[in-house]
Amino acid sequence: MKAKTADKLATSIIVAVAAFIVLILAGLLGYILFRGLGHISFDFLTSAPETIRKGGGIGPQLFNSIFLLVLTMIITIPIGLGAGIYMSEYAPPNRITNSIRLIVEVLSSVPSIIVGLFGLLILVNMFGLGFSLFSGALALTVFNLPLMVRITEQALKGVPREQKEASLALGLSKWKTITSVMLPIALPVILTGTILAAGRVFGEAAALLFTAGMSSPRLDFTDWNPFSPFSPLNPFRPAETLAVHIWKINSEGLAPDAAQIAAGASAVLVITVLLFNFAARWLGRYMHRKFTAIK
Amino acid sequence: MQPIAMSAKDLSVSYGDSPAVRKVSLDFAAKQVTALIGPSGCGKSTFLRSLNRMNDLIPNCVVTGEIWIRDQDVNSPSTDVVSLRQKIGMVWQRPNPFHKSIYENIAFGPRYHGVKNKKKLDEIVEESLKKAALWEETKDRLHNSALALSGGQQQRLCIARSIAVKPELILMDEPASALDPVSTSKIEELIAELKQDYCIVIVTHNMHQAARVSDKTAFFLNGEVVEHDLTHNIFTNPQKPATNDYITGRFG
Amino acid sequence: MAQSLERQKAKPHLVEEWVGKIYTLICILFLIITIVSLVYFVASKGLSTFFVNHVNVADLLTGLKWSPDGEPALYGALPFIFGSFSTSLLAALIAAPLSFCAAVFMIEIAPKFGRKFLQPVIELLAGIPSVVYGFVGLSVIVPFFRDVFPGQGVGIAAGALVLSIMILPTITTIATDALAALPKGLKEGSYALGATRWQTIYRIVLPTTLPALMTGIVLGIARAFGEALAVQMVIGNAPHIPRSLFESASTLTSAITLNMGNTATGTVANNALWSLALILMLMTFVFVFIVRWLEGRSKI
Repeated sequence: MKAKTADKLATSIIVAVAAFIVLILAGLLGYILFRGLGHISFDFLTSAPETIRKGGGIGPQLFNSIFLLVLTMIITIPIGLGAGIYMSEYAPPNRITNSIRLIVEVLSSVPSIIVGLFGLLILVNMFGLGFSLFSGALALTVFNLPLMVRITEQALKGVPREQKEASLALGLSKWKTITSVMLPIALPVILTGTILAAGRVFGEAAALLFTAGMSSPRLDFTDWNPFSPFSPLNPFRPAETLAVHIWKINSEGLAPDAAQIAAGASAVLVITVLLFNFAARWLGRYMHRKFTAIK
Repeated sequence: MQPIAMSAKDLSVSYGDSPAVRKVSLDFAAKQVTALIGPSGCGKSTFLRSLNRMNDLIPNCVVTGEIWIRDQDVNSPSTDVVSLRQKIGMVWQRPNPFHKSIYENIAFGPRYHGVKNKKKLDEIVEESLKKAALWEETKDRLHNSALALSGGQQQRLCIARSIAVKPELILMDEPASALDPVSTSKIEELIAELKQDYCIVIVTHNMHQAARVSDKTAFFLNGEVVEHDLTHNIFTNPQKPATNDYITGRFG
Repeated sequence: MAQSLERQKAKPHLVEEWVGKIYTLICILFLIITIVSLVYFVASKGLSTFFVNHVNVADLLTGLKWSPDGEPALYGALPFIFGSFSTSLLAALIAAPLSFCAAVFMIEIAPKFGRKFLQPVIELLAGIPSVVYGFVGLSVIVPFFRDVFPGQGVGIAAGALVLSIMILPTITTIATDALAALPKGLKEGSYALGATRWQTIYRIVLPTTLPALMTGIVLGIARAFGEALAVQMVIGNAPHIPRSLFESASTLTSAITLNMGNTATGTVANNALWSLALILMLMTFVFVFIVRWLEGRSKI
């Protein structure tokens, strides 16, 4: 009898905890959206921020975040894919490979603030890139690469060996086998992982404080010459992203509506991350269905 | 008597320290089917996979000895494995079509090997599918996914895929063991057709199948060839007691 | 004809093979060079405090006062080290039981509902950016603590609570994988003996998955330890060891975040911050090695 009571009690506690976790998320999302959604308007999303007056927007920050994400992914994806392919297909099974794996693991757990400091030292100061989108993108690449490598490696390891053998037995080179047979099969997993990684990059702030900088010049959205200092497309200008902006107005915001702006910006950030998440989930399921469908 | 298409001399394979195949020497004649039979773990599949250097993919698998195709030693480190494999087709236990359309599955190899002409590719696809007795079933849906085919159809597609690159011999690793009886008999008929053009080496668990499709049979036991003779002789008048025990079902 | 075709083909595929090999090798080398230089530069900057500026290592590690502008300037980092350890350990203490319950719920109690509902929820929690956690912490948890407990609401308790939600997904995911990987026969054997579900979980499931659960907890602590902005926003940032959980404190990351921009490169104050970063990085290595060690054990 006693064992049964304990069982019932434990079960109810576990169920309660599970419900509690769902409640936390619901509360979290509800709070952010409830506080923030009211503040989101077209004007808020497109106008420039104000330092001391109220009514500022997050236009440049939103643009910076998106631009930085694109830059980062352009750098990360080819390197991450290449390194992942190496780890999965070319690395000989020996000690050196094991230590490379350890190195990747270490890099993936280095706190992002340290990646930011490293960026400050190497990119901003030593290479003279200054606080710029480019520095930020490279720092985020360092932050993101281990994840991309692991995603690629695992996705390729998941490809059935017979597929690889079939291609090699036809007399195809290993490289062609990887690019034409294995990568297409691994693609759904790689894409899903990449989108989730992109969400992580979009929300990252600590690595950017000292690389992309905490300010944004007055951008002239009519000037699309990437070499002009006020052009939004200039990769060598400082760029405060949305996540950094949220941090900054929370710690040193002077505008009277700082709290609302933070709430609105948080809501935008969370909605974007949610979109990334759903996109990854949907794409993964869609591609899985497409590849295994019996037509 | 047909000329020899491929011959293995003193071929040994080991995984790390444990030997799987010991000093096997076998000749495979052109336009003949040779069946490799034996209990599981006897090394027959490992031997087969060494013939097109598939075992290169397996870490710490060491293959020693010689495998000759005409004047080329397959197993020599200086051999260009990639162009070598084009000469040797392979069919696996489980059908493994590429995750592409039926057409692409077959055109994939020839296109890589330099056939760019669309018309020529169409011809190769049709010819290969016809040879694999799959043309009638698939000619109206060449651009559908190959994964939508039944298991037996997929296996015939894999055979078509391998003959599309014009190999000289075809290795088959228990090609019918994952299929139903009807599909199995289709594959067996196909093997009988194909041997008019190719040298075929087939690993099989099924002794009746070996008896039905092969001209010669090699019996493997513990990584060695116990007996290698005309299939008829092996099944009616085996010279070694172990062979006799195996074909009469005393073990394996 | 076959011969000529082969000759013609022989070259391109060899070139292709080399292109692939070299390209992937360059990528992995880039990665290795990056991590090696990261470690090297952080270490050399962090160590220069001791070798160039002659600050005593023991003073830095055990000193209680951080006042770079004081006379004499003091670089005692113990308050930060204490803050980092206390917030991350406390966060793990809160998150671990919750995560274990969530994992048990998903695997043992309601697999269908769990997979469909709880798992996405946990993944979403993992995806929310840390500044958003900081913002919510600042606008919900801190005011709540201020009303209920004495003090300003900021401090280790607020930091740990925010962190615990952030590391919940890390621990839960690993715990779930560990529970799911358990051989079926193990549990069935216990049920067959008439044990209840809880007895089975408690006596069979928990002990066998313990190393994996520990791995999850250590990874969670590692993440909490390195988290910068969310903690910085709610901890108060006073550079001393607090007397209560609800008193303003600092962590290694918050000290770096706040002060790095205000010190000039090459000064002692700046180098001392790099020493904090070095401590942070070394702790990361320690965590990675603990995880490796635990993973090695859980295989047995």
